[in-house]
Amino acid sequence: MPKKILIVDDEPNIVISLEFLMKKEGFEIAIANDGDDALAKVDSFNPDLVLLDVMMPRKSGFEVCEALRADPARSGLKIVMLTAKGRDTEVAKGLAIGADAYMTKPFSTKELLAMVKAMLGLA
Amino acid sequence: MKAKHRFSLAVVILGLLMTGPFVVTSLLVWLDMKEAERSLLTGLLMSRLPVGTMMTLFGFVIGVAVLHKLFKQYVEGLLRMAETLRLMLGANRNFRVAPEGPPEVQQLAQAANDLAQQRDVLMDDVDAQIATAKASVEEEKNRLAALMSELAQAVVVCNLDGRILLYNNRARLQFKALSQGPTSVAGGALIGLGRSIFSILEKNQVEHAREVIRQRLTAGKTAIANFVTTTRGGQLLRVQMVPVLSAAGEEGEAAMSGYVLTVENITRSIELEARRDQVLHSLTEGSRAAIGNIRAAVANLIDYPDMEPELRERFVKVVDDEAAKMSRSLDQTMNEFSDSMKTRWPLEDILGIDIVAAAQRRIEDKLKLPIKTEGLDDALWVKADSFSLVFALLFLASRLQDHYDPRELRFRLSSNGRLAYLDLIWAGQAMSSETFYTWEMETMHVGGETSPLSVRDVIDRHGGEIWYEREKAAHRAFFRFVLPVATPELDNEQEERTRGKGRPEYYDFDLFKFEDKSIDLDRKLSELTYTVFDTETTGLEPSKGDEIIQIGAARIVNNRLLRQETFNQIVDPEIPLKPESIPIHGITEDMVRGQPNIDAVLPAFHEFCEDTVLIAHNAAFDMRFLQLKEERTGIRFTQPVLDTLLLSAVVHPNQESHKLDVILERLGVTIGTRHNALEDALATGEVFLKLVKLLEEKGIVTVRQALEAAEKTYFARVKY
Repeated sequence: MPKKILIVDDEPNIVISLEFLMKKEGFEIAIANDGDDALAKVDSFNPDLVLLDVMMPRKSGFEVCEALRADPARSGLKIVMLTAKGRDTEVAKGLAIGADAYMTKPFSTKELLAMVKAMLGLA
Repeated sequence: MKAKHRFSLAVVILGLLMTGPFVVTSLLVWLDMKEAERSLLTGLLMSRLPVGTMMTLFGFVIGVAVLHKLFKQYVEGLLRMAETLRLMLGANRNFRVAPEGPPEVQQLAQAANDLAQQRDVLMDDVDAQIATAKASVEEEKNRLAALMSELAQAVVVCNLDGRILLYNNRARLQFKALSQGPTSVAGGALIGLGRSIFSILEKNQVEHAREVIRQRLTAGKTAIANFVTTTRGGQLLRVQMVPVLSAAGEEGEAAMSGYVLTVENITRSIELEARRDQVLHSLTEGSRAAIGNIRAAVANLIDYPDMEPELRERFVKVVDDEAAKMSRSLDQTMNEFSDSMKTRWPLEDILGIDIVAAAQRRIEDKLKLPIKTEGLDDALWVKADSFSLVFALLFLASRLQDHYDPRELRFRLSSNGRLAYLDLIWAGQAMSSETFYTWEMETMHVGGETSPLSVRDVIDRHGGEIWYEREKAAHRAFFRFVLPVATPELDNEQEERTRGKGRPEYYDFDLFKFEDKSIDLDRKLSELTYTVFDTETTGLEPSKGDEIIQIGAARIVNNRLLRQETFNQIVDPEIPLKPESIPIHGITEDMVRGQPNIDAVLPAFHEFCEDTVLIAHNAAFDMRFLQLKEERTGIRFTQPVLDTLLLSAVVHPNQESHKLDVILERLGVTIGTRHNALEDALATGEVFLKLVKLLEEKGIVTVRQALEAAEKTYFARVKY
């Protein structure tokens, strides 16, 4: 059974690439466009990993991450934060509030893919 | 009188001594005699009594004469000498005792004179030493004040109460620029000797800085504190505080008696920095997302070449889309922040013609090449590093001389919006752009002089440009230097400096002892802070609609008239001026129009004279004008008012005239022009300072006494 990945980002231009890439690699994909949507999709889609953008309208990636980590039932869920801000302080914050990995845009898709696979035990 | 009594007593005693023993002996003999002997003796004596009495009287007179002589010489003579000695001791140092009388007294007088001589020599010596010491202290003070006044930084010295003891011209201009308000003088009211610094800087922050310094002093560290504060107008000031320490006592720990503040307005540099941050931010973080999108799309296109054409199309679209977005944002950033992205090379504001003149001199001197000028804009300021710029001009001139040997060069200076054009023109053949490119890029050298920079470097430093252009019709060509135009900040400085003679009174170190100067009627006249003022008006009848057209005022602090802390404002009376009054005050319709009206000026004037006693000549007249505005403006002048006209009448009650001109002459005060509100106010101030001394001689020392004395004079009963 394929692993499931939820892509959360409000920018269609990155969503299209990530969706294509992950589908090609055989993952099952769902998309969310903002924070609230993301929390709903996590419930309905039940992903193994979330690619989570930080800067989003309504609810930021940080808030989503905190909400997910507050639920002990989802402790196995992997969270990879993606951000257009490259500050050390934000990386530190993301990891501190429970993200498993943090990637700064622009990133290499190969590296992202390798990391995702490693996290899901597929490498 | 006492001496006279003693003399009378001595005479009586003499009389008793001369007659007493004879009378007593006679009485005893008489008592011892028999009746027969008594009658025989009576008969004998009676016949000879006149001779005996004569002899006794004669002896008595001689005795009195001797006694009188001795008394005159020894008692009265010494008394006189005592008086002259007192005189020498006090009123007249140069007085000497005249040696007279008996030798003993003369010797005493001589000895006293010698002592006085010795004392005079000593006193002269002490006086001379004091004078020298005073002069050197005064010189040091002056040197310090001169140094401060020329500093390019704003410096303010305060005592522990936050009263200003010293400030320099830069501080005055800086705080003036900070103050807002309708009149040009509102800011002048903020800074002034004896005024509180807390009207400008936040008190808590100043106190906190003092505490920091105190702690650092105790800890033996460098006593310095910095803070940034916001003014009422929202400007940011960076303030540095260092303590003024009083001379160290026995304990070795010097106490703080005041502090020096250096103040820098950092609003603009902070703004610039914030803008730079913004640029940096928008160029880095703002680009991350777009490049991230492009990178992911491109990676997919490369990694999966066999994708469906429809998907490929979409990825290409993403790249195209994001690239366009980034270009737009780059353009926008460059447009918005072009000023902030210029190099940080320190450029000075300099008159364009000064650069031309300097370049002209260097080129003529070094290359013997005549220079002419044409179309020079002599009011154009540019931001430039004049040294490197002049060298670049010299270098290009020398290259031109080597290659084309022109007979002369010309400079032209013009402006176009925010850009200044400095052209170096020559007549002759066209040059290739390659040649110019070489000149632009090679390091500059003329004769023995070299520079590590190229013309291009110099241009870059200025955030400018340079190009080569031909004027075909005139058979000329020129290099055009494009430089940023500057707007000089402090161009009113010159005008400000001319007022008053000598160095400005920006300091008063005696204010270190300056305590609370709030108005207390029982304080000495010489201790208070005053505002002397005068008004010019459209006419003499305020109740019939005459209006104020000028207010001039100056401050008196610590018995000094401060010619730099003045208030001088022309007021629009909003009614036509009377033609006959114009020659008196010299203020014309043109001067009045566009000036603030009294509603705007009175609050500023009120602020200027806050906490001071008002002084005016014939104050009732000026006060009447101010009072008539109370209802409309809500501004009330409640402080005590002293009138130099009345005070003059107090001092010289028998003089006929107490007009300002007459008093000025009587008191020996010379001033320049009259019938200008500020000049008249300054003259009134001079008169007041003279009057304070004269009033003191009359026993009028406090403000209350002066007010009471003025009220009692005849003039006070004549109401305007």
